[in-house]
Amino acid sequence: MAQRVFAINRLRSLWPGLLAAALVAALSLGTLGAVALRAESFSALSRFDWLAVRFTVVQAALSAALSVLFAIPAARALARRSFPGRGLLITLLGAPFILPTIVAILGLTAVFGKTGFVSVLLSWAGLEPISIYGFHGVVLAHVFFNLPLATRLLLQGWGAIPAERFRLASALHFAPGDIFRHIELPMLKEIVPGAFTVIFLICTTSFAVALTFGGGPKATTVELAIYEAFRYDFNLGKASLLALIQVLICVVAALTSLRFRVPQMGQGGLDRVVQRFDARTIRGLAFDLFWIGTVSLFLLTPLLAILLRGTAGISDLPASVWSAALRSLATALGSAGLAILLSLALALSALRWRGLEVIGMSSIAASPLVMGTGLYIVLFAVTDPAEWALLITALVNAVMSLPFILRALSPALAAVERDYGRLSDSLGLTGWARLRLVTLPRLKAPIGFSAGLAAALSMGDLGVITLFARPEAATLPLQIYRLMGSYRMDQAMGAALLLLGLSLSLFYIFDLWGRRRA
Amino acid sequence: MLEFDHLSLTQGDPSFGDFTLSADFTIPVGKRVAVIGPSGAGKSTLLSLIGGFEAPDRGAIRWQGRDMTRALPHQRPIAHLFQDNNLFSHMTAAENVGLGIRPNLRLSRAEKARVAEALAAVGLSGMEARRPGELSGGQQSRVALARVLVQEKPLILLDEPFSALGPAMRGEMIDQAIQVSDRLSATMLMVTHDIADVDRFADLVIWVEGGLCQPPRVWAEMKADPPQGLTDYLGS
Repeated sequence: MAQRVFAINRLRSLWPGLLAAALVAALSLGTLGAVALRAESFSALSRFDWLAVRFTVVQAALSAALSVLFAIPAARALARRSFPGRGLLITLLGAPFILPTIVAILGLTAVFGKTGFVSVLLSWAGLEPISIYGFHGVVLAHVFFNLPLATRLLLQGWGAIPAERFRLASALHFAPGDIFRHIELPMLKEIVPGAFTVIFLICTTSFAVALTFGGGPKATTVELAIYEAFRYDFNLGKASLLALIQVLICVVAALTSLRFRVPQMGQGGLDRVVQRFDARTIRGLAFDLFWIGTVSLFLLTPLLAILLRGTAGISDLPASVWSAALRSLATALGSAGLAILLSLALALSALRWRGLEVIGMSSIAASPLVMGTGLYIVLFAVTDPAEWALLITALVNAVMSLPFILRALSPALAAVERDYGRLSDSLGLTGWARLRLVTLPRLKAPIGFSAGLAAALSMGDLGVITLFARPEAATLPLQIYRLMGSYRMDQAMGAALLLLGLSLSLFYIFDLWGRRRA
Repeated sequence: MLEFDHLSLTQGDPSFGDFTLSADFTIPVGKRVAVIGPSGAGKSTLLSLIGGFEAPDRGAIRWQGRDMTRALPHQRPIAHLFQDNNLFSHMTAAENVGLGIRPNLRLSRAEKARVAEALAAVGLSGMEARRPGELSGGQQSRVALARVLVQEKPLILLDEPFSALGPAMRGEMIDQAIQVSDRLSATMLMVTHDIADVDRFADLVIWVEGGLCQPPRVWAEMKADPPQGLTDYLGS
């Protein structure tokens, strides 16, 4: 391989990747520096702030543990049962990833909130209605988002077990317990730690969920505390100290995840149902039905609630919602374009120096709120940051989506190089001609998928935008949050349905474009 | 002539120890040369060095007296047929051939006519618009040979390009390759595992074993007085 680099090194330019990496580093590290420099004094953290640190870690750990715990029986049931709608259910398991947070929050409120479906049932039974606010609300929302992810990751683990092992187990008369111990447990031991750390990491940077369901001394995440320190007190010293703590938590979690084999989010191994000879008992069937049913209900009812209540509200949306939708669309498209540009530059140059890809991936440990705060401070020195709200939202979201995009692009690019590198080199396909004729056409599918992902993620963003936007220039998620805050729930539901439709359509259109034959 | 001047390349392999490929001889212009030897002996590495995909630690490769040791692959007077992936599957046959004339595919009318002519020469007239997926394995090989034709390079390297084809088809393709090289008066090197291919194709044979590339010998003479390794390889 070392010699293969001989040709690559002289045919590949390093500077696009270096530029992109510099931008990513400036956004993830530079903004942190800007916050720290601007801080006049590192005022000691109050008890309240330490509570936020503790809450962040505890809720993330609990959310990750519950997600993985419930995912184990659910994934096992999906792995060994074939039923109509199985493929659809597995596709839906991928949906929460691009589901705008605010939509899920509204859906969960409609089901588990004070006037929600569950509370109504409880009050009929003469019980107290439940509240979705506070610690358990935050954990509930996080499990809603991450149980599907955990299920897919584990399902891949089950799919990766060779079918021959189950045949052998049946030939050797293994009892279900033996199968679990000898075949399934080793797989779980390999995948569970990675899945847990990834979900833990995702939950530590949670902002929108804490903003809506949390708050107060008992349920504030560090990200939320940064927002409050910045937005309410304009206490940059405290914001920067909290930002450092947030980065520290993320880095520790990210480094821990490196120790485990983090399962890839792919399509592979999901469509195969393993023939299981041990599953043909009534008890096994009932168990699997219960888990498939529970998980489907848990995922689908909040979305159905949005669909039902939103349809009523969508005809009655104020003009401000429609203009917010337009702003969000523009931001999402810009973010997708930026994300593709940055990730292509990084992935191409990473063929020469792998370190560039690591820099691109590093934003997984960065906090969008810290980036936003830093950018605000830098821009504040020269102009009115609110003028740049949409551009910054697009940029920060593009950088935040890089880790996921690079995971899709880099292996595909490596495959192009492996299959066509020598042929292209020998024909003198270099520079633009190579990009235009070989690289881009071969990468069309992952580029379409990635653009869809970046667009949908940016469309649903309710993080950075909260720091910047003026009241009259909100994006759609922010507008929904405001409608919610003023208790105009029907309009909020209608706007949420609009946002859901736009996000999924963006993803679907880009992905379809990528998969269409040239 | 193609000249290997004290050429050597050492590749580290943790499980087997170092492997050194060495070659020090010349190949006369216009000959068809088969490169044979056991698996892992270094046949493909030799072709990679000639093609410029790997760089030697020591020594030089010269073509007609000109040093090309450090030249990039496309700067060398070489056309390639690889083991697989000789065609871009998202391009038509005509585009795949056209790349051999201009890598940016901005072809003039005359150049497009050359592409059509080359496809006709390998028996594929009228198939310009087909993509590799719509062609048989043999037809795909013909498209790649048409590209070699338009590249007009004096040196053609074939790294077992027809190994996925059946014996009859493979013979046909080798004949086609011979036609192409004759039209261009090119020198041709082909790595192969099949002695029937060598019989059909080769003027000269380079025997490679344990990284050592032996100077080319006339095939009939080598068969009459084979090196020990070749006797073992053939098992007769």
